[in-house]
Amino acid sequence: MDVAETYSGGRRLLIERPAVALLGVALLYLFVDLVLRLANVPVELMGVEVIGGTLAVSTFGRFLLDGLIVGLVVGLAGVGLSMTYSILNFANFAHGDYVTTGAFSGWIAAYLVGAFTLGVEEPIGRLLMIQAPSLVSAFSSPLAIVVGIILAGLGAVATALFLDRIVYRPMRDKGGIPLLIASIGVALALRYAIVFIFGTGSRGVTATGSIPQVSIPTGDGTIPLNLHEGTLIVAAIVLMFGIHFLLQRTKLGKAMRAMADNKDLAQVTGIPTERVIRATWIIGGALAGIAGFLIVLERGTLSFNIGWRLLLLIFAGVILGGIGSVYGAMAGGIIIGIASRISLVWIPSDFARVAAFSVMILVLLYRPEGLFGGVKTA
Amino acid sequence: MSVAQRAWGAVPDSVKESDTQLIAGVLVFTYLLYVLAQTFLAVTNNAAILPAVANSLQNLTFLIAVYAIMALALNLHWGYTGLFNIGIAGFMAVGVYSMSILAAPTTGSPPGLGLPIPVAIVGAVAITAIVGGLAALPALQLDADYLAIVTVGFSEIIRLVLNASYFAGTVQDPEASGYNVVDIFGIQFGTGGGQGINTPTSSPADFLYSTTSLGDLLYGPSGDPNALGSAVYAAAESVGVNSSVVDGATYSFFLLVVVVTLYYVLLVRIGNSPFGRVLKAIREDELVAQSLGKDTRWFKVKVFMVGCALMGLGGILWQGSFGFVNPNTFRPIVTFYIFTALIVGGAGSNTGSVIGGAVFAAFLFEGPRQLARIVEALVTSAFGSLPSPTTFYAAVVSLNPLAWLGYTIDNVSTLKFVFLGAVLVYLMQNRSDGLLGHRKEIASSVDLSDRTTRNRESAAADGGESDE
Repeated sequence: MDVAETYSGGRRLLIERPAVALLGVALLYLFVDLVLRLANVPVELMGVEVIGGTLAVSTFGRFLLDGLIVGLVVGLAGVGLSMTYSILNFANFAHGDYVTTGAFSGWIAAYLVGAFTLGVEEPIGRLLMIQAPSLVSAFSSPLAIVVGIILAGLGAVATALFLDRIVYRPMRDKGGIPLLIASIGVALALRYAIVFIFGTGSRGVTATGSIPQVSIPTGDGTIPLNLHEGTLIVAAIVLMFGIHFLLQRTKLGKAMRAMADNKDLAQVTGIPTERVIRATWIIGGALAGIAGFLIVLERGTLSFNIGWRLLLLIFAGVILGGIGSVYGAMAGGIIIGIASRISLVWIPSDFARVAAFSVMILVLLYRPEGLFGGVKTA
Repeated sequence: MSVAQRAWGAVPDSVKESDTQLIAGVLVFTYLLYVLAQTFLAVTNNAAILPAVANSLQNLTFLIAVYAIMALALNLHWGYTGLFNIGIAGFMAVGVYSMSILAAPTTGSPPGLGLPIPVAIVGAVAITAIVGGLAALPALQLDADYLAIVTVGFSEIIRLVLNASYFAGTVQDPEASGYNVVDIFGIQFGTGGGQGINTPTSSPADFLYSTTSLGDLLYGPSGDPNALGSAVYAAAESVGVNSSVVDGATYSFFLLVVVVTLYYVLLVRIGNSPFGRVLKAIREDELVAQSLGKDTRWFKVKVFMVGCALMGLGGILWQGSFGFVNPNTFRPIVTFYIFTALIVGGAGSNTGSVIGGAVFAAFLFEGPRQLARIVEALVTSAFGSLPSPTTFYAAVVSLNPLAWLGYTIDNVSTLKFVFLGAVLVYLMQNRSDGLLGHRKEIASSVDLSDRTTRNRESAAADGGESDE
């Protein structure tokens, strides 16, 4: 009975939505291939390797870890994008540049604190312009990192609130497209204001060499994990749980859900909509700024376009998780991050981002409501 | 803005009504301003006036022409059909790269198909149309903002694929480790990867000035100028203008007069055809268009193909005319330039697209640089040389307004983007119709809005607010 139902269900899927069936087959193939590769089982048919192969568990583990790191950052930054998308009803193309703003403000603070605690003799100008090379690490100056994280959040929040006041608030009643175009304008202005002050050069900011690292044994090798990566993972997970509690235990989360559902009705019910919008920008901006600081901590270099380069990945994560869903944004970001790295098993590294964007487009085609569709804010 | 509005009110209605006169008026005004500015700069720099002015004007003409072309192509998507396509850079890349690969010699590095240039251009436009059709598949079912994300993602995918060394075609020894020539049924080609690729010609005007045989016309002219070329070069040389400026001016003039006109006429004809009326109906209310029995999905695919073909051709005429191109040319910023041009002019109006292209190129894209040069010349003549601090911090703590000015002028190419962003925000907040967007054509074949339009125009002529 069950078998027959599955069979007829499968047949219906094949006939009614052949593309979905094809996609399912492709995913299944990749999964089986991955398992066989990890088990070192190449399957050959007439001299051609059709499936399976060899892949060291440690290599795969490193892909997984890299993906998790990128994914946590993308997920963290995506929370704000998802919230503004559902509450203000527009795709904010300036969100990536909030990430950049946060990174710059955070690293200025980290540099000032770092130079003070480490007793480095550098002129204040070179510290403020983040010109002194490779100064701070989480090992030599943990205080600088903590202060940097806080200031990164504050800087991005201040920027987001200021821009909301002068750009988006006068446009509340306009449609999604004028707001989207305005946000492109904001993105350009913000990014190049940063360039105007700091220049286009990429700068190394974290002290190299002295970062402790542990090796996770995998049987056929080890996966290295250094302190900065560890800091990123811990900070991101703590923040994600923090947001979870904030939105679950306070009325704010409920108000946000109500606003995402129907703004007018929420206002009639007595929800202070402007205050909820401000809270949205504060939460979203803070997480974006901190995400920017953390990715720079992990990569070690800071440049004006880190946020813009992340933006499409963030969009991909948000869409994958379902727009409006905070958990969806987190989960979607992590999935996008991991998918873009795991894809390196099959394709050259030039195409990692291509893979991530392709996943985004496929999701929009086949499941525009996202993987966790139906779940609204919080 | 009030000054601008008063100036606009002072323009005779007859000029505003006649689109050709309006475009010509804007161009004449822009050119006069540039001639004055360049003359001033040449005099202060003790340079020869005529060559400086000629060079500046040919550059300006080129920019105006290419932005007008691209804005017109985009107008078909965004202005007529309401499709929010922000993947323009990607479609331009497809056009330029297809042409380059089709026309590159089979023995080159990377190898190409060795086709004659005209065939390569036609083929590239066809390929762009097909790619556009594929990209339209998501457009069938997505909202405008999702479509925006998909198209920008698509254009980034195209750029990243072109940038990858995997298809570069630079390592041609099949035994070598980095072998990366694309080989499809024996047809070999490559994209050049991050190093970029040569386009067939670096000076399209040579087709006019150096062509002496059919072979020159097909595979790109090489060698000495023909009779016409020699005469023109000699004439220009006698007034101190060198041949490269003549080449540039000729090509720019061709783009502005011939290509922009062709695009314009094509767009007007499409807009007035039954096909165009369906497009406008889709923009206004897709559901109504569907209820009237129009298969709107098929219309969207078709308009995507036509628009992308026009974008591909525009890309070929623009980025394909420098002799060399690399994937970084096609970053999303180019798309935003073109969008700004269209929004300034007014989406939905072809005349607005051309004027938007001109205003964008002359005042937003090129204007800040020229303004900075003029300010620098003025200040230098008043105070001697300007200090140029190396960092923002050094400029600020010097507490010297001249140092601030010096730093600003040195970084005007950066400030241009800030200004551009501010203009976009301003337009969206206050004049989302742009200059001529209020003349957006409606879907019905009879002009139902005639009366209201006339009221608006007269209100604007009286100095009244036209859009609120």
